Amino acid sequence: MKRRTLLASGASAATLAMLGMPARAQDKLKVGFVYVGPIGDGGWTFQHDQGRLDVVEAFGDQVETIYQESVPEGADAVRVLQQMALQGCKLIFTTSFGYMDATIEAAAQFPDVKFEHATGFKTADNVSVYDARFYEGRAVIGTIAGRMTKSNKIGYIASFPIPEVIQGINSSFMHAKKVNPDVEMVVIWAYTWFDPAKEAEAAKAMIDQGVDVILQHTDSTAPQAAAQEAGNVYTFGQASDMAAFAPKPRLASIIDNWGPYYVKRVGEVLDGTWTSGHSWGGMAEGEVVIGTISDEVPAEVKAEAEAMIAAITDGSYHPFTGPINKQDGSVFLADGEVATDEQLISMNFYVEGMSGDIPS
Amino acid sequence: MLRLERRRQPSSFWRWAAPLAAVVLTMFLGGLLFAAMGKDPLIAIRTIFWDPLFGQYAAFSRPQLLVKAAPLILIALGLSFGFRAGIWNIGAEGQYIMGAIFGAGFALAFYPSEARWFIFPGAILFGLLGGMLWGLIPGVLKVRFGTNEILSSLMLVYVAENILAKMAIGLLKNPDGMGFPGSRNLKQYAAAHNPELAAGTGAHWGVVAAILAVAGAYVVLSRHRFGYDVRLTGQSPRAARFAGVNPGRLILICMAISGGFAGIAGYFEVAGPSGQISIDFNVGYGFTAIIVAFLGRLHPVGILLAGLLLALTYIGGEVAALTLNLPIATIQMFQGMLLFSLLMVDVLTDFRIRFGKAKVA
Repeated sequence: MKRRTLLASGASAATLAMLGMPARAQDKLKVGFVYVGPIGDGGWTFQHDQGRLDVVEAFGDQVETIYQESVPEGADAVRVLQQMALQGCKLIFTTSFGYMDATIEAAAQFPDVKFEHATGFKTADNVSVYDARFYEGRAVIGTIAGRMTKSNKIGYIASFPIPEVIQGINSSFMHAKKVNPDVEMVVIWAYTWFDPAKEAEAAKAMIDQGVDVILQHTDSTAPQAAAQEAGNVYTFGQASDMAAFAPKPRLASIIDNWGPYYVKRVGEVLDGTWTSGHSWGGMAEGEVVIGTISDEVPAEVKAEAEAMIAAITDGSYHPFTGPINKQDGSVFLADGEVATDEQLISMNFYVEGMSGDIPS
Repeated sequence: MLRLERRRQPSSFWRWAAPLAAVVLTMFLGGLLFAAMGKDPLIAIRTIFWDPLFGQYAAFSRPQLLVKAAPLILIALGLSFGFRAGIWNIGAEGQYIMGAIFGAGFALAFYPSEARWFIFPGAILFGLLGGMLWGLIPGVLKVRFGTNEILSSLMLVYVAENILAKMAIGLLKNPDGMGFPGSRNLKQYAAAHNPELAAGTGAHWGVVAAILAVAGAYVVLSRHRFGYDVRLTGQSPRAARFAGVNPGRLILICMAISGGFAGIAGYFEVAGPSGQISIDFNVGYGFTAIIVAFLGRLHPVGILLAGLLLALTYIGGEVAALTLNLPIATIQMFQGMLLFSLLMVDVLTDFRIRFGKAKVA
């Protein structure tokens, strides 16, 4: 089509931008973003919107972005995707797992529109999936948690019993145990990604059980507030930095940073090299970022955490490296064996030493 | 001076003019709201009410109108029986969820059956039963213990939502879904699928059911003894008792009807547009249907029209959110305004506005 012939002449998107050539309005690439919640001032959707803003900043006049907030997962999503495609979007990011079937359905109706679905597993010629290796970040904060706990009880507010969340629990537990063999982990399933009331309740229940470090896979700052109120309880920011609670109770954070991936994919559509695939970036790609480690953390622990960040980033360390046994004692990874992506993506068990069962 | 004087009889003109006036008033108030947000009110109103029907992409949005309207109409029709009799079932959302769970559960229990003649009607029946059972709980509580059905039916919505979450990650979870929550997609299960009957129309079996239900409800309410009992109870419970109406039985029947209608709406949705039991399968049709029922004056034909109108605000609101960058909450505000305007305008049905001083009685 027009855009393709224009750009096939060899001029890459970046060159055009550098030359400052004003792209004509109809030549703009329109990119749509479908959000599962309101953008707000932090959390999952906020981070995706930050990625959108990175795209705007990187490509300026070459792109036009539109978004829709709080799109329910399910039937309504298909309609929103159709609308976006009809409005001329040629690339659409659907930023929640629940849009999976809707994305596939809309993609079949609009073969010339490219779709990017976050955290899913169904692809098509014009549907890619992308996710981030959050378990890498969990390894780092698990290490800090193991060092910082005095009661040797770490709490984990889990959202839903799906592989991504289970990876996070296992990764943080293993790394906490590595630096503190006495550590126990208390998991509470909140069955929500964002619900301040439920999260606060879970945090309080944990604190009552003697937990003094809380990790969370939910988006609100309610656990931070509960920890602050309780006094000597530490937390970690989730999705966004949650810097308002630093230096205490928030010790560090796992930040979802979608900007690099979004900029890369938009660039590929602009220069015609986009192809469908699976992307699973982590610290190396800059998609998982550990927020500033606060001064509450002793220097040697901080150094240890930073060393781990460096090792994961340069690829010399994988958080799931054997020997690792499953909860029932059977072997998951032999000594020195590294988990494959397939093993991680389908993870549905706790590692050895965890107590309790994964609800099913 | 302006004052209100009670009419001796409700005005039959205003009874039907009020909903129209409410729509116009909502457009006006909505326009003010959009203007305050710095958008051109005329363009916003046109985007919401005109473009989905006749705009550039109407071919895509028009079928969606039926998809959205069908569950609203079905649920509102069911509610209208109870509302007429003064039985306030606020928990249609929960009954809708339970209908979807029962129906989908029945269909998935036989996966991968190919006996559509058995699976599809059976699943609809189970959807009906699921909704009915959930509706009968507050009914029985009210009849047996005098519990307030407004509270108990509403509370059961939250119970149903938790059962839904449990089903999506437990019993009904797709065994081939790699551990992710959500059931198998019923769209890919031919025996249970509620398909689009004619391509590009959006009409599925739920739409057919809604139309049949409108006709059925009309006949029952205006021609059948039961409709008479319902109306009489609403107007004068005492008179109804003298006429031989058993109030407890009436409550149970009304709760069963509203629950059952919501239940089949739930199955048609889960087997069609939505496709799967997922944690956030329900999107508030059960609550919006309350607006539909009142806007339609609890009359089947009125509900049909009101359902289409509310569906239009959903679709149009979405288009407006996207093209004009309005926050999505605007749609809900708009729908809320509609009910509010109706309540305001409704004053005219029972009262007449008089100018000048009140006469001394």
